[in-house]
Amino acid sequence: MRLIGKVGRWFDDRLQLGKPIMATMAHPVPRRTASWFYVFGSAALTVFGLQVVTGILLAILYVPSAGEAWNALLVLNHQVSAGWFIRALHGWGSNFMLAIVLIHMVQVFLFGAYKFPRELTWIVGVLLLLMTLGMAFTGQVLRFDQDAYWGLGIGASIASRVPLLGPALVNLLLGGPIIAGATLSRFFALHVFVIPGLLIAFVGLHLLLVLKLGINEWPMPGRIVRRATYVAEYHELTQRDGIPFVPAAVWKDVIFSGFVLLSIVACAALLGPFGPGGQPDPTIIQTAPHPDPFFLWLYALLSYLPPAAETPVLLIGPAVGLAVLLALPLFAGEGEKSWKRRPIAVLTILLAAVTLGSLTHLGTHTPWSPVMDAWSGEPIPEQYLKGRTALERHGALVFQLKQCHNCHSLDGKGGQRGPALDRVAVELTKDQLIRQVIQGGGNMPAYGKNLSPAETTALVAFLETLHPAGQAPARDASRAAILP
Amino acid sequence: MSSTERPSRRGIFIKLGVLLNGVAGAMLAVPILRYVLSPLIRNRKPGYRAWVSLGSVGQFPAGQTRFATYRNPVVTPSDGDTAKIACWVRNIDGERFQVFAINCAHLGCPVRWFAQSNLFMCPCHGGAYYEDGSRASGPPERGLFEYRYKIDGGALFIETDDMPTPGAPGALASLTLRKPPCA
Repeated sequence: MRLIGKVGRWFDDRLQLGKPIMATMAHPVPRRTASWFYVFGSAALTVFGLQVVTGILLAILYVPSAGEAWNALLVLNHQVSAGWFIRALHGWGSNFMLAIVLIHMVQVFLFGAYKFPRELTWIVGVLLLLMTLGMAFTGQVLRFDQDAYWGLGIGASIASRVPLLGPALVNLLLGGPIIAGATLSRFFALHVFVIPGLLIAFVGLHLLLVLKLGINEWPMPGRIVRRATYVAEYHELTQRDGIPFVPAAVWKDVIFSGFVLLSIVACAALLGPFGPGGQPDPTIIQTAPHPDPFFLWLYALLSYLPPAAETPVLLIGPAVGLAVLLALPLFAGEGEKSWKRRPIAVLTILLAAVTLGSLTHLGTHTPWSPVMDAWSGEPIPEQYLKGRTALERHGALVFQLKQCHNCHSLDGKGGQRGPALDRVAVELTKDQLIRQVIQGGGNMPAYGKNLSPAETTALVAFLETLHPAGQAPARDASRAAILP
Repeated sequence: MSSTERPSRRGIFIKLGVLLNGVAGAMLAVPILRYVLSPLIRNRKPGYRAWVSLGSVGQFPAGQTRFATYRNPVVTPSDGDTAKIACWVRNIDGERFQVFAINCAHLGCPVRWFAQSNLFMCPCHGGAYYEDGSRASGPPERGLFEYRYKIDGGALFIETDDMPTPGAPGALASLTLRKPPCA
């Protein structure tokens, strides 16, 4: 022990870091901030550390070449001992990091921690969120499979819509005319050098600001932030009722970080690595590209926006959202901190959570996508064929052969792009059915050219049988009056 | 030597040093910018836009739409399979053709041809197109991207270009802007 102390002193005589480190660790923090609500920032930092370590380990074997990357991932998964586990840790670490960063942000927002004098801490935090999202997207590209390939196509298609600069942006993003070797290597550089470098710098700045300005005190309803008096009040609070950060507050951070790490290890061990999916061969088109969980909301949004609104919403929406986030502490830098007295703040969080949650849920189920193999893989339910005439059964055949089933479900099976047809006869008369089939409309293609008159007659005869047992099909009342 | 002279001389040296570094920085900036922006400057390279064969015309029977692939004319060694590109060839009547890009005009996902219902369908957001590539339904704002083609020595050639995107269809004309086939 004496030797260790001696060596330690030898280093500290030269480095002279011992005293400032001790002072920083023991700096007083308001008593109530030693709370389980204050552990998310340190947990995000811990997961970031895990991502750096596992990322370096993966880089040892990963090959950032469009021709080799997919095979390198298979080698990692199957041939390198514990390779699958390191990949799983990195993948699950990414999901946990984004989740924790978002929770941290919500907590900071609801506790009013972005207000004076911590505006810059918040702004740096918003930039850190952007970088974390950037890491998630570029990381998905490095898992160079079919989803990554077509995901790049989606990214390029969005970038191309920027007025004037669009084509140039696409070329810069892809590193050439098409998605190829140059695309992967530039995303590798972004994921491994550029964004992590920025992340480390900005995390350092974020931490420095937290230390310089002090951790946000527990918000009390009625304790108003005023620029003129806040700093003195905070100083008084930490002096009067402060506790040393180490060890009085830090133990909760340490325990929560350990819990998060164990959770990541458990997910990685039990659920394994993500992919890679199908090989990134653009001529294999039997694929339904799907983004990673944190971008599913965007995927869903792109399906539900009206076509004409898509480009403005895609280009203006993020810019406005980012501007609001960055400017938030500048126009709301004073006033009430407690969420109990900030109903609009609470509603904003709830609205954002419900919106993103619903869109993500829809993105998982993709009800807007045609089920490409329903026409050959999902038979017509038996009860819709029993006791039907030959014409009606032929209509059922037309229904399958013309891929109607890809977009329309029967008895809950098949696509959900169009309405379910189990009771279509109650809703549309025969003439309306014929018109809809031939002319389409309401987001349905027109089948006039693709169906012979006989096929149309049979198909409509089949559709007319689709009504619940006790309900008569719709009929045109005027028709009966005119043609008795 | 007076005491006021020294700082000013040092000041001159500092300014000289800054100037020297500025000149070096400018000299470095030009090649660095050229390097970073090289994907935009590459158009001068020969063979960037090129006519590529999809094989003999006989592979594409009249009245049918068939899948075809080609290799991008500009290839780097690390491209692997991504140098391959797919497209759909429609032989309208034995003489006239349409060659569609594989990419959906919405967000670039690969569209699939369904010969039974004569529709192209996209697996991503459900865009659908008629057999002539025009928009049928779904989120796309336009029809499929179309290659220029020519028939030379019994083979079908298409003119390649950038991956088509909604904002940058490139040489791949849109259906509404399409000129009559030149073949």
